[in-house]
Amino acid sequence: MTIKTVRNLRRASQVVFFLIFLFLILKTTFEVSFNPADPTEIRLPYPVSIALEFDPLVALATILSSGTLYKGLLWSLVILIPTIFLGRFFCGWVCPMGSLNHWVSEIPSERLRRKGAKKIESNRYKKYQRIKYYILLVFLGASALGTLQIGLLDPLALLARSVGTVVLPMIHATAEGLLGWVKGLGWPPLGNAAQKAYDLVAPALLTYRQAFFHTILTIGTLFLIILVLNRLFTRFWCRGICPLGALLAIFSRYSLLGLQKDRASCTDCGLCALSCQGADDPELGRKWRQAECHLCLNCQATCPEGSLRFTFLAAEKATKENPAGTPEINISRRKAALSIAGGLALFPLFRSGDAFAVNANPRLVRPPGSLPEGDFIGRCIRCGQCMRVCPNNALHPTLLEAGLEGMWSPVLIAKIGYCEPTCTLCGQVCPTGAIMELTLKEKVGDKETPPNRIGTAFIDRGRCLPWAMATPCIVCEEWCPTSPKSVYLQEETALDSSGNEVAVKRPYVDPQLCTGCGACEFACPVSDRAAIYLTSAGETRSPDNQFLLERNRKKAPVSEATS
Amino acid sequence: MKRREFLKKTSKAVALAAAAGGAGLIFHNRSTSRYTPVVVKRTGFEIAPDATLPRLTLCENLDPVTALHYALDAIGGIGRFVSPGETVTIKPNVGWDRTPEQAANTNPHLVGEMVRQCLDAGASRVIVTDISCNDPRRCFLRSGIRDAAEKAGAEVILPQDGDYLSVDLDGRLLSVWPVLKHFVHTDRLINMPIVKQHSLCSCTISMKNLYGILGGRRNQLHQSIDQSIVDLAAYCRPTLTVVDATRVLVRGGPTGGSLDDVVKANTVMCATDQVAADSRAAEFLGLTGDRVKHIVLAERTGLGTVDYRAAGYKEVTV
Repeated sequence: MTIKTVRNLRRASQVVFFLIFLFLILKTTFEVSFNPADPTEIRLPYPVSIALEFDPLVALATILSSGTLYKGLLWSLVILIPTIFLGRFFCGWVCPMGSLNHWVSEIPSERLRRKGAKKIESNRYKKYQRIKYYILLVFLGASALGTLQIGLLDPLALLARSVGTVVLPMIHATAEGLLGWVKGLGWPPLGNAAQKAYDLVAPALLTYRQAFFHTILTIGTLFLIILVLNRLFTRFWCRGICPLGALLAIFSRYSLLGLQKDRASCTDCGLCALSCQGADDPELGRKWRQAECHLCLNCQATCPEGSLRFTFLAAEKATKENPAGTPEINISRRKAALSIAGGLALFPLFRSGDAFAVNANPRLVRPPGSLPEGDFIGRCIRCGQCMRVCPNNALHPTLLEAGLEGMWSPVLIAKIGYCEPTCTLCGQVCPTGAIMELTLKEKVGDKETPPNRIGTAFIDRGRCLPWAMATPCIVCEEWCPTSPKSVYLQEETALDSSGNEVAVKRPYVDPQLCTGCGACEFACPVSDRAAIYLTSAGETRSPDNQFLLERNRKKAPVSEATS
Repeated sequence: MKRREFLKKTSKAVALAAAAGGAGLIFHNRSTSRYTPVVVKRTGFEIAPDATLPRLTLCENLDPVTALHYALDAIGGIGRFVSPGETVTIKPNVGWDRTPEQAANTNPHLVGEMVRQCLDAGASRVIVTDISCNDPRRCFLRSGIRDAAEKAGAEVILPQDGDYLSVDLDGRLLSVWPVLKHFVHTDRLINMPIVKQHSLCSCTISMKNLYGILGGRRNQLHQSIDQSIVDLAAYCRPTLTVVDATRVLVRGGPTGGSLDDVVKANTVMCATDQVAADSRAAEFLGLTGDRVKHIVLAERTGLGTVDYRAAGYKEVTV
């Protein structure tokens, strides 16, 4: 097999893994069938979070923060162990974010029009490439104390979140908008053609209903900036920022695969440096930086003289004036230690603010099965899989609702969607166990088991129609899915504006029954700010956020003695 | 500046100014509304009355399909309601993510059988749809109605955002509302409710089931629920009403959930008089029609007869 064939294999591998990643995100949605005669849990047909489970950075950071390697994260060894022997093949061959940056870097720009030495210079190793190691060490330091922040910049979590909550909903809105516009032109054949095209695209790309997400501006802006930076430097993100790339670089320290350079045949033409993806200086006479190399094989494939060759144990033939390669990572120990210390300091910084311990946002309603907030923050990588899979569009990325520490972690916004009582999909897709996998019985409860509560509904009597406006309305009671209903009604007499007595049924909440699903808030006709609303009070996951003694009763009360 | 250059520049400037002025005049409009919505009017789907036939039939049988056959035959058979080549829309209650045993949605066997009947009568297209409260994908699956209706040969349609028409319901209270187009553009409408307790209007049977044709913020309708129900019933006037009282949800309606709240009545009714149907069905909940406000209001509006025995009532025994 020639080197050009191997390079084509690499290109194919990039496309295939990118498509697999995209396919898994598209399939992270409720579209399954189940047997109505046996209404047990609904499970997704694909292991949709597997792409995130292959991520060694997620694995390492969650081990540090939680002390365990959750479920499918063992798959990360499939990436990590070959990296130890081969180097960063993941970055060049597999990573969908890397491939995206690779392709965007190829879009014509001022940088690509440069010629000769100027162009080579822009592709040489630069000091900024050390930033990724500092970012990695800061995040790992923070993880060690239990605040997991790697999800903000981990490439797989970042891509899953950006595509799931920004790109795909935008595609949906665009498709709907175009369809409506073409149909509105008032020429039926064209409208029908547009509808046909839409029907063709919809099953593959669009969800059942348009999804709307909170704070997509921040998520989308970061994603856009990362893509645009490729115009300044080829794969700026991969070279300079990516903490997963930094981790894999560190693990490629003892890699056996290296670049062998042949002095005799080299003509110093510089073609290898022109096409280098990692800016790792493959040219003769320079130190090849193994830690920066993505193994894209461009240097070997473009070398007209065959002077460069990737081979095992290449370093044996290195000479002083022609170093074949170096595993060295160009950061000082002192700076590394400072980065870790900075990461450690993030923990007290976050936790001595009020948002975590003493003044949590009452509207911070976490998905059902979520761990207590400290453990949750120690595991959530903000990949957005739970938000994408939620059939009711109920889960959203936070902005500051969970403090800066919990940015982009999931929150349930009942106004947009409520928690479907028989659904356990968010726990099924969570790759790190921040949301536990609940069984149906654990979620809805039965006579022995209490339900998993995510909060409690409260009534705003100043906005409720029967309470404030002498107007009948029982919609919250009608929608309440618990059995018996947690919202109950009392017939009471109200006075209307003329002083007439009007009989109205007024809603009350039975906190013993309420699970906090938010269906009442969703359905309330006073829709801008509902007259019945959900807060996190009484959520199962928290031992502190409790207000009702009776809810935690374990034994029946002593019955009154009858003689 | 040379003369040629001057002329060139001035003529371009004048053209641009003219274009800007023209555009301003063309788009100038004192009104702020850009679109006037297309409002559809549609009268009912009912058939001509036949004095020789009962207007309400009832059959009790352990097998719901048998009960439906007898009740339907007694009211004139499917051929009276569906002619060859017609499009029929069946509107069961598929409101909630519940199983058939929980009795929050219409019995799927009855829906399947009704689809078969319509197709046997020569209907070119049978649509089964409803605007669910919970996620429609779940409701149609868990209720068993998607499965049963598709197997019987119906088109099961889950409503999409673009599927609504602005319809003038022309009621006393309700005027223009979004209605799912399949309830407008069809030849025949068969209403298939289930009998359930409801805390505001006592019972939800056939007329209340018509809430499900509406999109928009229909939760407002509860503020004047009796008039809203009657307005909808007066607008819709279904071809045939088939009441599922095989399982009756006597408490905790309309969502239910607990099997303790379900009573088996093993009964199916067919009606051309929605008021009579509701009046009779209310008895399964321990009510009588003359004590249910919306049923009485419907009679006063001229939609039917509360005293169902006087309307023409037949109980069929197998």
